Amino acid sequence: MAAEMEPPPLGDAGQTDFREIEDGEGFFVSTVTTLESPEPSSPDPPSMPAEGISTNGPKQEDISLDDDPEDLFAEATEEVSLDSPEREPILSDGPSPAITPVTPTAMLTPRMGLGTAEMFERSLDEIEEDDSGDTFDMHIAVSDPEKVGTFNTVLMYSYIKTSMTIFSKNETTVRRRFSDFLGLHSKLASRYLHIGYIVPPAPEKSIVGMTKVKVGKEDLSSAEFVEKRRSALERYLMRTVKHPILLKDPDVMMFLESSELPRAVSTQALSGAGILRMVNKAADAVNKMTIKMNESDAWFEEKHQQFENLDLQLRKLHASVECLVCHRKELSVNTASFAKSAAMLGNSEDHTALSRALSQLAEVEEKIDQLHQDQAYADFYLFSELLGDYVRLITAVKGVFDHRMKTWSKWQDTQLLLQKKREAESKLQFANKPDKLQQAQDEIKELEGKVQQGEKDFELISKTIRKEVSRFEKERVKDFKVVIIKYLESLVQTQQQLIKYWEAFLPEAKAIA
Amino acid sequence: QAKLGSPRAVNVDLQTDATLQVDISDALSERDKVKFTVHTKSTLPNFKQNEFSVVRQHEEFIWLHDSFVENEEYAGYIIPPAPPRPDFDASREKLQKLGEGEGSMTKEEFTKMKQELEAEYLAIFKKTVAMHEVFLCRVAAHPVLRKDLNFHVFLEYNQDLSVRGKNKREKMEDFFKNVVKSADGVLVAGVKDVDDFFEHEKTFLLEYHNRVKDASAKSDRMIRSHKSKSPLSHNLHVLGKLFAIYMDLNQFFLKVSELFEKTRKIEARVAADEDLKLADLLKYYLRESQAAKDLLYRRGRALVDYENANKALDRARAKNKDVLQAETSQQVCCQKFEKISESAKQELIDFKTRRVAAFRKNLVELAELELKHAKGNLQLLQSCLGVLKGDT
Repeated sequence: MAAEMEPPPLGDAGQTDFREIEDGEGFFVSTVTTLESPEPSSPDPPSMPAEGISTNGPKQEDISLDDDPEDLFAEATEEVSLDSPEREPILSDGPSPAITPVTPTAMLTPRMGLGTAEMFERSLDEIEEDDSGDTFDMHIAVSDPEKVGTFNTVLMYSYIKTSMTIFSKNETTVRRRFSDFLGLHSKLASRYLHIGYIVPPAPEKSIVGMTKVKVGKEDLSSAEFVEKRRSALERYLMRTVKHPILLKDPDVMMFLESSELPRAVSTQALSGAGILRMVNKAADAVNKMTIKMNESDAWFEEKHQQFENLDLQLRKLHASVECLVCHRKELSVNTASFAKSAAMLGNSEDHTALSRALSQLAEVEEKIDQLHQDQAYADFYLFSELLGDYVRLITAVKGVFDHRMKTWSKWQDTQLLLQKKREAESKLQFANKPDKLQQAQDEIKELEGKVQQGEKDFELISKTIRKEVSRFEKERVKDFKVVIIKYLESLVQTQQQLIKYWEAFLPEAKAIA
Repeated sequence: QAKLGSPRAVNVDLQTDATLQVDISDALSERDKVKFTVHTKSTLPNFKQNEFSVVRQHEEFIWLHDSFVENEEYAGYIIPPAPPRPDFDASREKLQKLGEGEGSMTKEEFTKMKQELEAEYLAIFKKTVAMHEVFLCRVAAHPVLRKDLNFHVFLEYNQDLSVRGKNKREKMEDFFKNVVKSADGVLVAGVKDVDDFFEHEKTFLLEYHNRVKDASAKSDRMIRSHKSKSPLSHNLHVLGKLFAIYMDLNQFFLKVSELFEKTRKIEARVAADEDLKLADLLKYYLRESQAAKDLLYRRGRALVDYENANKALDRARAKNKDVLQAETSQQVCCQKFEKISESAKQELIDFKTRRVAAFRKNLVELAELELKHAKGNLQLLQSCLGVLKGDT
């Protein structure tokens, strides 16, 4: 696994990074900047407010380096086990919702620094059952992707700033690979989905995109890909930590704070575990079709339908925004082409004033082209990605509904089995087989317990889902409003620029004599 | 079918005077042809009445144009370029497809699409009327061409001119004529002109014409992609309805979708204005610069003929054979050449004046319209933002 590197000399505040970068400089070289308060409105569309970081104290070590030669498909060679842990729904030994926060480094006194109110932070005034009373106050930035190692693995930096007491420090910086995020999600999904918690889905894998980056292709599309992924990972983390239950999960804490993570090996798309997941999904789909649930609760019926409709409509919207982005890019290309042509025309025009005006026109069109590009960028990052996230989130929501169905089904099956056993037992009463009778009665007792548990599980998951859905809906409302307002603001800026350009041009046109 | 009632925009700057005013007062689009009502007002004695109208079709315009081109007397003038053939095929096809797909969409969608396509059809219709009108106005404004007999017949004769379109053989002849002409054109253009003015014009026009062609094509493409076809506002609207559980979010989405609907309409108007002020301007000057090139070609041809006639005369004098014949021939060539040269110079100067004026007018109007629409858009966006932010 990772080779041992010497920790940086202590007390060296400015240089805690110890990277090995092949192929010259990495994609975006991380600059250690001092902490600054964020600006109220950031002009650049894609970045969530990128915070300055300052690395704290001696505990902070920034050296999660992978030195082993990176085989693209190394992770595919691990063994496939049918009992792979993520397959087993952990029924009773998973952490129950009301866990007390576990801090990995309990020795350090919690800092009670003041959390800065940021544009993207919404303080959730929710108080869960056993909450320590911490209001949500946390900011995460994922940035500075960097290529490391011979095969250009991209590592992302995750910067966290928080005043919450459950964290050991106010600020943490860790480096993570994409598979780390996937691993985290995988663990959370296996732990919480089946009991009704809506676990935010992780960004999608893209073999093509990632391969391009890994082989060092430095073109525009691979840069876009990295940026797209960076932004998606940031949103993913934020959603995960906003969930009060998930935030306290020890794996989440470990992900956010510890400098080294065990490699998540079962997340490769082409791995044995990956294939197993696909098989399971297919099996689930079949099962879903055969479960006929008697829905006694109208709320669930209604919500289920609503989510189906929402899913459909979000997908359509997503498609039309992508269409819009495409068109804008096309417009940009054609505008640039016209600008060049107009410049040429201006050159050949022999009337001086007209010639100048035509050159000015060409310049205006060139600037407008740049505007189109910037706008397309905004369309994409603000709108399209958000919609994509929500389409995936709704899939998770539907998954949770399905789990409830499965829980119900399991409970019903256990009940049926109990009934059968009771019938068998009553028959045995008249046969003279005391030990068999005893066995049957034992089984019945066990099954009765299981039936009770099944009912409890069903009620619990129903209750959890109701809560989760209500939380999800609130979040969704906020998310969309914020993003749409940002998007409209970007449109306003575009128009203002357009006005500037044409106002500058008009006197030139009038000056033609 | 579409009918036109009101006057339209003329995109070239022309002097009109009271002695002869021509316009297209009406037009009717039938299945495969367009009928233009050509309206004339004149104080000239040549006409029977002071004001009259006739109905003409596109082929008759072409006949008139060709008669100018073939007339040797007009060799020294820039013949106003013929209007392009009315082309509603694409638009018609779209309307037809819409009709076929009527069952598969909601009534709302259908009506909206129908309105858009009809607006497109109307825009094309208006343009073709404008092109035909500009041609007639140019002729009417030209001091010599306005007196042409064919032109008067065109304006006044209220029966069908029975101008049939060219048959296959005539089209073939035209094709070969063009081939010969271009080859000849290259030859003639290669001859250096003694006169600086014409030499400069030759070089200038050649390059200018090519650049205008390129700019015209690129502007068309740019304007086409301006018409975004994303059904964004529609989908936002439906999504808004889905969010009905949260009354405030529903309102939010509805307002946003209304906004997008309005800005989309403005964008469409921007594209239409750019089309009119920029693309049409370039297209027109593409055709006019070609007409100017043709004039230079004719002059060049006359020059070559003149020089050849001179050489023939010298040879005849040297041999003392057919001298009179050669002299007459040389004189004819000389006169022809000088006549063309004289009017050509003025024509080219006028061309430049017209061109500069037209570009000025259109560029100013383009900028003003762009500003108007951008400000309109801005106002819509800002007011909507104000409302939305106030709500949250």
